[in-house]
Amino acid sequence: MLLAAGCASDKPAATGATSAASTAASASAPVATTSSGTGEQSKFFVQADFDAQLGMRAQTPEGPEGKPWEQAIAPGEKADTAKYKKDGPYHLCFSNAAVNNPWRQVGWKTMQAEVALHKEIAKFTALDAEGKDDKQISDIAELVGKGCDALIVSPNTTATLTPAVTGACPKVPVIVFDRGVDTDCPVTFINPIGGYAFGADGAEFLVEKVPAGGKVLALRILPGVDVLETRWSAAKVVFDKSRLDVVGVEFTDGDAAKTKSIVSDYIQRNGKLDGVWMDAGATAVAAVEAFEDAGQPVPAIVGEDQQDFLQKWKEGGLTAVAPTYPTYQWRTPVIAALKILKGEEVPKTWKLPQPKITSESLDTYLQPNMPPLHYALCGCEDLPGFPAKWGGK
Amino acid sequence: MRALRSAGPIFLVLAVLLVLIAVANPFFLEPAGFLAFVKRAAPLVILAAGQYFVIVSGEFDLSVGSLVTVQVVVAARLIEGDEAATWPVLALLLALGLLVGLVNGVITTGLRVPSFITTLGMMLVLSGAVFLWTGGAPRGALSETFRMFGRKDLGPVPWSVLILLVVGTAAILLMRSDFGKRLIATGDNERAAALSGVRVGRTRVLAFVVSGLAAAVAGILLGGFAGVSAQVGQGLEFQAITAVVLGGVVLGGGRGSVVAAMAGAFTLEALFTLLNLHGISGALEYAVQGVIIIAAVAAGAVRLPLRRAARV
Amino acid sequence: MTARERLRLARPPAASVPAEPAAAARRGGVLSGRIGSTQVIYLALAGVMLVGWALVALDGGDFLTLETIVGIQQRSAALGIVAVGQTLAILAGSLDLSVAYLISLTSLVAAEIMAGQDSGIVPAVAAVLAVSALVGLVNGLVITRLHVHAFIATLGTALIIRGVVDHLYDGPAGSVPESFQRLGYDRLGPVPVSALLWAAVAVAAWFLLRRTRLGYRIYAVGGDEEVARLSGVRTGRVIVATHVLCSVCAGIAGLLLAGRLGAGAPTVGTDGGYDLESIAAVVLGGTALAGGRGGVPGTVGGVLLLAVLDSVFNQLEVNAFFKDVVRGVVIVVAVAGYARRTVRRRSR
Repeated sequence: MLLAAGCASDKPAATGATSAASTAASASAPVATTSSGTGEQSKFFVQADFDAQLGMRAQTPEGPEGKPWEQAIAPGEKADTAKYKKDGPYHLCFSNAAVNNPWRQVGWKTMQAEVALHKEIAKFTALDAEGKDDKQISDIAELVGKGCDALIVSPNTTATLTPAVTGACPKVPVIVFDRGVDTDCPVTFINPIGGYAFGADGAEFLVEKVPAGGKVLALRILPGVDVLETRWSAAKVVFDKSRLDVVGVEFTDGDAAKTKSIVSDYIQRNGKLDGVWMDAGATAVAAVEAFEDAGQPVPAIVGEDQQDFLQKWKEGGLTAVAPTYPTYQWRTPVIAALKILKGEEVPKTWKLPQPKITSESLDTYLQPNMPPLHYALCGCEDLPGFPAKWGGK
Repeated sequence: MRALRSAGPIFLVLAVLLVLIAVANPFFLEPAGFLAFVKRAAPLVILAAGQYFVIVSGEFDLSVGSLVTVQVVVAARLIEGDEAATWPVLALLLALGLLVGLVNGVITTGLRVPSFITTLGMMLVLSGAVFLWTGGAPRGALSETFRMFGRKDLGPVPWSVLILLVVGTAAILLMRSDFGKRLIATGDNERAAALSGVRVGRTRVLAFVVSGLAAAVAGILLGGFAGVSAQVGQGLEFQAITAVVLGGVVLGGGRGSVVAAMAGAFTLEALFTLLNLHGISGALEYAVQGVIIIAAVAAGAVRLPLRRAARV
Repeated sequence: MTARERLRLARPPAASVPAEPAAAARRGGVLSGRIGSTQVIYLALAGVMLVGWALVALDGGDFLTLETIVGIQQRSAALGIVAVGQTLAILAGSLDLSVAYLISLTSLVAAEIMAGQDSGIVPAVAAVLAVSALVGLVNGLVITRLHVHAFIATLGTALIIRGVVDHLYDGPAGSVPESFQRLGYDRLGPVPVSALLWAAVAVAAWFLLRRTRLGYRIYAVGGDEEVARLSGVRTGRVIVATHVLCSVCAGIAGLLLAGRLGAGAPTVGTDGGYDLESIAAVVLGGTALAGGRGGVPGTVGGVLLLAVLDSVFNQLEVNAFFKDVVRGVVIVVAVAGYARRTVRRRSR
C-alpha cells in the first residue's frame, strides 16, 4: 500500500544562485575600521546595500499622497502579473512568523483590518508559526495545498525559509514582506528602506547633537539577527567616521530591567554619557529612566516610534530621534496580492518610505489614547475599528 | 547556626566575588554603589527565597517567571496610570500570587502530578491567558505609586532593599517555626514525616503558596524598576532555581538553608555584574555562567558526604 | 543522602515508596503500568482526532487532507526524535535540558561541514554524531561522577553550548546540498522520509528497552537506583549511556532540521522549544518523570497528540496564546490521569 503510493517530493526544484543570495555572498566590502570602540564589522555588512539604502532616504516615493503603505521608492523593475489574473472572490493565505512581540501584534491587527476593507477577499487563512522555522515550513506547504489564490509570507528567518518559499512559488503567486528570502521567485518583496537606514538615522543624529569626543553607549538587543545586525553595522560605519567615543556596545535581550542596569552601570563608570544609540526602541524608556534615577539630565537618545517613548520625549523635552520600521508595511502585502490577482503591475522590489520622527514631527505621532507599546506608524488611523481594536481608547 | 556552617562555601564565593567587583569598580564600596547592587539583586533574591521553600520540600516551581510577567501585565492593564487604583491592584496581585501557588500545590499534592509538570503547565497557561486577555501585547500603564517600590528610595535606602529585608526576615522566621521544621522533614523523608504526624500535603501546598507570593512581590519590584514589558519574567524560573542550588540547597529536598539560597541569588547577581564589568558580555557570558554553575554545584556535592559523616 | 534521593526529581509520593526488587517491579507493576498508559494516550489521540475532525467539519473545512496528514508528520518528526531520546534519559531517572541548544549546534555543524557539497554529507553526519555523543558523555559524567543533579548539569551544558553558538554565529550559516535536503522534503506517498527516520529511531529505542540487557537496566536504575546497584548494576554507566543516546537523538534531529532549513541555524532548537516540549511529550505519553515506568510507544503517542492538537488549532486558526493555555491544561490533566491510575492499581 505504502509502496504503491509511489515516491513524491515536496522539495522544490534546484535553487539556482539568485540575485539576493549573490549579493549576500559578495558581501563584506572592507571598511576602514578606526578604533572608536565599535569592534569588528558584522559579516552581514554589504557596502552596496548600505549606500543604496542611505541614498533612498532622500528620494521622493511614487504613489498616493498620505498613504505611505501604497507608495514605492524607485520602483524600478515591475513584475509581470498577467499570468496570475483571475476573477474574484479571492482566497488569500498568510504564513506569519509569529505574533510574539508588540511590533508584530500591531502589524497583525493592521493587516486583518486591511483585509476586512476588501469585499473581494472571500476568505483569509492565516497560520502562525509561533517563531519556529520548522513549523513555518510545514505551514507554507499546508497553505499551498489549501488552494489559496495568493500566499503572503512573513519569514521567521531569512536563509532557512528559502527552500519552502521556492517550493511554493510555482504553485501560487507569493508575496514576501518584512524579512526577505534568498531567492527572487516571489512576485514581489515588500519592506521599508531597511536596517542600514534605520541604524544610520540614529547614529547621524548623535553625531550632529553630541560634541566631538562625547561618550556614546550603543545598546543592541541580541547578536545574530540580520535585521538588527544591519542596523548596528550602519551605525558603526557612521560612528567610525565621526569623532565620538563609543564607550560600550552592549546586548540587552530587549529586557527593560537589564537595559536599565546596563545604562546605570555605564553612568557610574563614566561619570556621564553624552548619547545613547539603540537598535530598537522597546527599551528606550528604561534607558531614559536610568538617567532620571541617577539624577542626571537625559543626553541625546535614539528610540523608536512606540508611544511610551514618544510620551517620555514630550514630557521631558528630550533631545531625541525615533527612526522607524513602520508597521504600516503589514497593509501593503494585502494590497499587492489584490493587484497581482487583478493583473496589475507591482514593483518587483517594493520599497516603502521609512520616515523618522523628529522633535518637529513628534506631535503628529504622539497619541496619548493609545497603549504604551503601540507603534505610531501603523497607518491604521483610517481603518475600521480604530482605536479600540489596537487597544486604544 | 548549623545552617550557616553547612552553607559556608557559598558565603566564601560571594565574598570573593564582591571583593573582585570592588577592585574593578571602587564606587561599589560606597553605600550608594552597594545599595544599588542590592536593589538590583532584590527581585531575584526574593524569588530564590520563595523557590527555596518549594525545593526544600522536594518539588520545583517553574511557573514563577511567567507569574512575574503576568503580575506586571495585569497591573498595567488594571491600573491604567490611575493612582487611586494602585493599592487595590497591589492587593489583587498578592492574592493572584497566592492563588497560583495554591493551585500549583493542590494539583501537585492532591492529584499527584510531579511539580515539574504542574508548574510547566501553569507556565504555559499563565503566559497564554494573560496575553489572550490583553490582546497579545501589554497595554495600560503603571502608576507612580506602584513604581515607587521598585524604583524610588526612602531616604537613602531604596524601597526594594527595605522590602527585601522584610521578606528575608519573614523567610528566616518561617523556617525557624514549626512549619519550617515540618517542611524540611517532608523534603528529607516524606514517609517518616507523615508517620510522625506531619500533614505532608498541606505543608507542600503552603510551600507553593509562599513561592507564588514571592513571585508576586518580585513582579511588583521588577515592574516598578523597569516599567511595563512583555518579557520581564523570561528565564527567571531557571535563574531562581540555579540560585537556590548554588546556595547548596539540594534538589530533591530536605537539605539547605534559606539564608544560603538567598546568598546564592546574590552570588548569581554578583557574577553577572562582574562578567559585565570585565566586558565578558554577550555570548560568552552564558558559557562562563554554565561552567561556574556546574563547578559550584559539583564542588558542593562532592564535599557533601564528608560533611555528613562529620555531622553524624 | 543516597544517590537515589539526589537524582530524585519531584517524585510523586506513590513512586517513592521503597521499591520491590527491580526485576519484579519490571515484570509486575511497571509493565502493566506502561501498557495501560500507552492505551490511554492512543485512545486520547483517537478522541482528539475525532473531535478535531468534527470541529473542522463544522468550520467548513476538511481535516484529513493529504496536506494535513503530511503536515502532522512533518511537524512532529524532529520533536519525536528528540522525545524518544528524552524518554531514555527520563526512564533512567534523569532528564536533559540541553537538547534544544544541542540541536542548534548540530544543525550548524552539519551545514558547515556539508558546505553545499554531496561529498560533505558523510563527514558531516559523522561529526554530528561525534559532537552529540560527546555532549551526552559530558552530561552523563557530570551527573554520575560529579554528583550534580541532572537538572543543573544539563542546564549548565545548555548555557555552555549557547555561549559557544552565540559567540561563533551571527545567523544561519553553512549550506546543505540538494541531495541531503531530500531528507526533509521527500515522501513516500503520504509518509515523509522524516517520519520514517523518526519511526526508525523509535523502533531502535523500543528494541533497546525491551530486548536488550541495557534496556532492562535502564528500567531498573530508574525504578530504584539503590536497589539496582545492590543487585549488581553499574548504575553510573547506565545513566551515562542514556545521556549519550539522548544527545545522539538530538543530533539526529539537528541533521533533519538542517535538511529542512537548507542551512544551520543558531536558534532553531530554542525557537522550537525542544527542551521543555520533549519532556512534556514524554510525560504526556505516560512515562513517569521519576523514571522506571513508561516507554517509547507512549512517547510516540504523546508527540502525535501534540501534533494533532497543533493541526486542529491550525485548521481552526486558533490564537497562539489560546493554544498555550490548552497545551498547559492538556499536559497537566493527562499526567494527573496517569497518577490516579497508578494509585488505584497500587491500592488494589
